[in-house]
Amino acid sequence: MSATHSTRSSKTPPKTVEIHIRRRANPDSPQYWEQFEIPYRPNLNIISCLMEIQKNPVNKSGDKTTPPVWHMNCLEQVCGICTMVINGRARQSCSALVDNLEQPIKLEPMSKFPNIRDLIVDRSPMFDHLRKVHAWIELDGTYDLGPGPRMSQEEVQERYAYSRCMTCGCCLEACPQYEGDNYIGPQAIAQVRLFNMHPTGKETRDERLAGIMGENGITNCGNAQNCVKACPMGIPLTKAIYEENRETVLHGLLGWLKH
Amino acid sequence: MVSNGMKIAIVGGGLAGLAAAMKIAEGGHAVDLFSVVPVKRSHSVCAQGGINGAVNTKGEGDSTWEHFDDTVYGGDFLANQPPAKLMCEMAPSIIYLFDRMGVPFSRTSEGLLDFRRFGGTKHHRTAFAGASTGQQLLYALDEQVRRYEVTGKIRKFEHWEMLSLVLDDAQVCRGLIAMDLQTLELKAFPADAVIIATGGPGLIFGKSTNSMVCTGSAVSACYQQGAKYANGEFIQVHPTSIPGEDKLRLMSESARGEGGRVWVPRNPKDTRSPSQIPESERYYFLEEKYPAYGNLVPRDIATREIFQICIEGRGVNAENQVYLDLTQIPAETLDRKLGAILEIYEMFVGDDPRHVPMRIFPGVHYSMGGLWVDYNQRTNIPGLLAAGECDYSIHGANRLGANSLVSCVYGGFIAAPAAIEYANNIERNGADSSKIYDQELKLQQEINEGLIKQSGNENQYVLHQEMGKWMTDNVTVVRYNDKLKETDDKLLELMDRYKRISINDSNLWATMALPHARHLANMLELARVITLGALNRNESRGAHYKPEFPNRDDENFLKTTIAEYSGEGPVFSYEPVDISLLKPRKRDYSKGKQAAAAAPKQGAPQFVSSGAEQKPANLSGPIVWGQDKEKVNNPLASDATRQEQGKSIDEAGGKTNN
Repeated sequence: MSATHSTRSSKTPPKTVEIHIRRRANPDSPQYWEQFEIPYRPNLNIISCLMEIQKNPVNKSGDKTTPPVWHMNCLEQVCGICTMVINGRARQSCSALVDNLEQPIKLEPMSKFPNIRDLIVDRSPMFDHLRKVHAWIELDGTYDLGPGPRMSQEEVQERYAYSRCMTCGCCLEACPQYEGDNYIGPQAIAQVRLFNMHPTGKETRDERLAGIMGENGITNCGNAQNCVKACPMGIPLTKAIYEENRETVLHGLLGWLKH
Repeated sequence: MVSNGMKIAIVGGGLAGLAAAMKIAEGGHAVDLFSVVPVKRSHSVCAQGGINGAVNTKGEGDSTWEHFDDTVYGGDFLANQPPAKLMCEMAPSIIYLFDRMGVPFSRTSEGLLDFRRFGGTKHHRTAFAGASTGQQLLYALDEQVRRYEVTGKIRKFEHWEMLSLVLDDAQVCRGLIAMDLQTLELKAFPADAVIIATGGPGLIFGKSTNSMVCTGSAVSACYQQGAKYANGEFIQVHPTSIPGEDKLRLMSESARGEGGRVWVPRNPKDTRSPSQIPESERYYFLEEKYPAYGNLVPRDIATREIFQICIEGRGVNAENQVYLDLTQIPAETLDRKLGAILEIYEMFVGDDPRHVPMRIFPGVHYSMGGLWVDYNQRTNIPGLLAAGECDYSIHGANRLGANSLVSCVYGGFIAAPAAIEYANNIERNGADSSKIYDQELKLQQEINEGLIKQSGNENQYVLHQEMGKWMTDNVTVVRYNDKLKETDDKLLELMDRYKRISINDSNLWATMALPHARHLANMLELARVITLGALNRNESRGAHYKPEFPNRDDENFLKTTIAEYSGEGPVFSYEPVDISLLKPRKRDYSKGKQAAAAAPKQGAPQFVSSGAEQKPANLSGPIVWGQDKEKVNNPLASDATRQEQGKSIDEAGGKTNN
């Protein structure tokens, strides 16, 4: 079962693929660049190149080296784990096709998260953010209570767009404000939007708003709008920030009036 | 409910594992949840088309019984029927629960859940969230589990890999050994019960539609420690995938559910672009051969037909590909109902499937087989349960599309109370029990150290590739006994060469090499179970097809294959299938079910070859291949009933209140 489609028409294909990888042995050692060269085949993606290097870890100068490490799983751009910076842009390495990239291809770990080794980073702060903003529906219980609230297809489609966030971190990598986990960031704000729009989720929206207010909250957004351009899932992140900004202001105002 | 210090460990954070974790935490009990990736990145995200449940919102007279009948019929009567029936009965409430959790299911104009058609049924029974239903369902459970994580009921161990179970002297499961994938530190985790929910073993076939974590490694470890593995030979090859360098990307069955048509040019030498080929010169082979179900025949049938067309040299441009055509459907409808999967095709192939027919080929997709479990998801090892793709219980010889998501959640929902009940009644370890953990920890440590120290000229990744190629070539769509035997010989050779691999990474911090070496050893053991199980089953049923034995043979093979590890390899025995609810009948998708039922009840040819290579039957070998011939030649010798299996759990320390 090995038939590979060849569709991309282009100029004469190159004989090799040159890849420069920004490496690090462990969190306590410095970063360095190492160059690799592998034979060209059509339809290679970055993952296949890394697999090729992993199988036979020899660098461009012919020296044996340690195999570069990275994270990968679904290879269909839906799990988000293989995100890295490719030719300067954060994206998933599974969907980065060599034929569409300028050589030498430069691979770097995401810069906004602690670098574990080579191309692996620790993105647990993003999951901490999801905890902080209560990104879930408060169910009464998982026993059978019949269907959920009725909803129009339009509402569903708007929520679906936010619900596709795979917590990859491209938005945070692109955000000029996010540095050292000083800002809750677009991904968590979009999840607040997702649940605050839901008829049941609305009931507990104050808890979510509390999670994006205050220090390191939504007001740290500098309106650079890089996030929405960086998002591989096309999530309307700036719209979420706008809507939630409005909600927090109203919430603050109402809270003040109540006192 | 008070927790009385109970601790349940769950291995795997996909739909089944998270469903179980949520239920146990809701019951007030503590969970340790282990996953090799952050649970939100589990393979369940890849499920595209939808989740089945007979809600009958389209006025088609659908019912949970009809769903059950389709499931058993589609699985060619190899599934034990009571759990399949219960799953179908629970399915509507499972879908409603996800609806309440906020999953953005597509809607009708009244704002109700919309349902679409899928393979192997004539009803609109599949709820869907665009074409990323698995992602949406997984996220919903991930969110609920995070809620319990905040309350402290669930502890997550992400980037930790289970290496083995901890068994006491009575072979009762008392916890597990896991490895931190960053530091390679090993640690023992005591638990009153362990639920395995680690998904399928697609990586055994090298390239498949599975994610890279789907090695079956943890399941294989359980098998090697005494858990029975059932129906391993039943591997589903999905009819439509996109071949790639690194994996075979899935093209969901929902493409056909929404009207996608499979065809090739009638003239194999026709090199015109597909839009230039008039309707009359296209061969819609599924529609012509199976007028009742057309493009929505079950996967095993669609796969064999596509495979056959290509073997005969009739694929598009005489290559291994056929058209899957959506171009007759308005682009707006496609975007709304199938957007996510069309994007995947566009991204990886470069053509726009709204305007150009997709080119697809079958790819290894799902394992119907898995750990043997009773009707409460309990394995034969007391204290060890299994749920999801890694158990064998629901799908028989072939799984229907959109039944996997529902079976994952069903399995988790059954395993959770069963684990709690078991843990409530078990006698806890005494204070002197720490030695069983120390012993197992030491054993696993030694295996790691051995691998790190050993050196030789073999490359672990090359061995993996070779295994994948042999398994794909010989143990997938069409199986011949001589080839299966050769494949087992090859697997033995690879196991021998494995002893001479050297870990090619001198930096052990966050290395990928050592975990892969551990996976590879486990994959090879499971590959033998799959291959020899196929060799032994001389019939054709569901996904298992042998041209030498083209008919279903209920007399000899209406039974579950059970593999047990002997220390050297699998030992096979057989167990009767529970057919207490539906009498087996001929499976015939060229007619509707009523018409097919009227046909004579006999083993039907599963697939009619139209003149391709037919090999002579190889009947010279023993009836059953395996290590212990005496035992295996008497297949029904270990023919324990379900009840007796349940008792062994009681005797071994647990007590159930029947």
